[in-house]
Amino acid sequence: MAKKIRVLIAKPGLDGHDRGAKVVARALRDAGMEVIYTGLHQTAEQIVASAIQEDVDVIGLSLLSGAHMTLFIDVAKLMKTQELTDVLLIGGGIIPQEDIPALKKAGINEIFGPGTPVDDIVCYIQKNVKR
Amino acid sequence: MTDLTTKVLTGDTRSIARLISLVENADPEAISSMKTLYSHTGNAHVVGVTGVMGSGKSSLLFELTKTYRHLGKKVGIIAIDPTSPFSGGALLGDRIRMTELSTDAGVFIRSMGTRGALGGLTNAVFDVVDILDASGMDIILIETVGVGQDEVEIVKVADTIIVVTVPGLGDAVQTIKAGLMEIADIFVVNKADKPGVEQTIAELQSMVDLAIDRDWKIPIIATSAKERKGVSTLIENIAAHTSYMHETHVFENRRRIRYEAELLELIRKRVISYVLDDEKLKSQVECCLQRISVRELDPYTAADEILNALLK
Repeated sequence: MAKKIRVLIAKPGLDGHDRGAKVVARALRDAGMEVIYTGLHQTAEQIVASAIQEDVDVIGLSLLSGAHMTLFIDVAKLMKTQELTDVLLIGGGIIPQEDIPALKKAGINEIFGPGTPVDDIVCYIQKNVKR
Repeated sequence: MTDLTTKVLTGDTRSIARLISLVENADPEAISSMKTLYSHTGNAHVVGVTGVMGSGKSSLLFELTKTYRHLGKKVGIIAIDPTSPFSGGALLGDRIRMTELSTDAGVFIRSMGTRGALGGLTNAVFDVVDILDASGMDIILIETVGVGQDEVEIVKVADTIIVVTVPGLGDAVQTIKAGLMEIADIFVVNKADKPGVEQTIAELQSMVDLAIDRDWKIPIIATSAKERKGVSTLIENIAAHTSYMHETHVFENRRRIRYEAELLELIRKRVISYVLDDEKLKSQVECCLQRISVRELDPYTAADEILNALLK
């Protein structure tokens, strides 16, 4: 049995718009990945704990509420404390260009904005999984 | 003993998760751990929860787990969803109903794709049960994929089987069909807040009453995960079924079925990989396939030839 890429898709915080997250989840499924979809209103603690139990290769966060500078960075920080160094962290949603350098500095590996072809996300994951 | 094995035995979450990935990917690295862990298994009670898709199995598991946690039990959950036969990918969505449990150190949840296994389970399910058992879980809950009428592989793994149904799925004849309806130790009529629940219970009851030769009277429990009703009754009935099995020989018999299925499955996998990993045998398979496709050879004779070569 070949190894499959496992991805956790989560929506942190209070934002209830999950269409984008579902579209991405489905595209990753169609690319042969196992997608653990955790749904809405996740805390950073829940996301990281789920990622550990599920032994995922990638955590994908989706946020459209504007709270990414807090919530994405919370997840990145908790991943560091929990030593999840071999897990790729990516984010998507309404993220202004000027926020991206700070997010990357904080440990988010890549940000995908509106209009990104899903194939780009699939390729990025396939190229960059850390194990 | 490897570091990973020791850590699994102490209940370390990350090591449990890692070893599950190794067995799921059939990584040879897992074999020594599985061998060592085995003497630490046999303590957890394995409960299978099966039923049609959308019958509320995940929500019921969530309520069951919360109640077990109040009783001080550690709970391991194996939640299975289908793998795509086309892409090999899967969307595993059972955690959505269990978010609150993610940060509870006494609960371990693992979502798994079927990865080509039939019957509602996944290939590595025996190993994952053993890992969770050895790591100190008291209860292991297995949620099968949403099943139809005939996916009953769960009988080979679980000690107690809960078949979940919902009101309004069909008439009384559905309840006397073979397959899924035969494997229940406990029936749950979930979504009991919906209309038609009395009729569903009555139909199940008349089916259960027909089975006069059984000394375990299958209970039928109405639950509503939404209104949090019936879950304590369900837990009492799981406990009653557990005591019944231990008082009779049913428990040993059930476990024997599980060990037999596990052993035969291992042998089957080994034989197949033995054939496919051996260059000579593999080319013989290829050659046979050529001859079969032009009707020079039939598959039965081909299998004889390959097995003879294997046993030489």
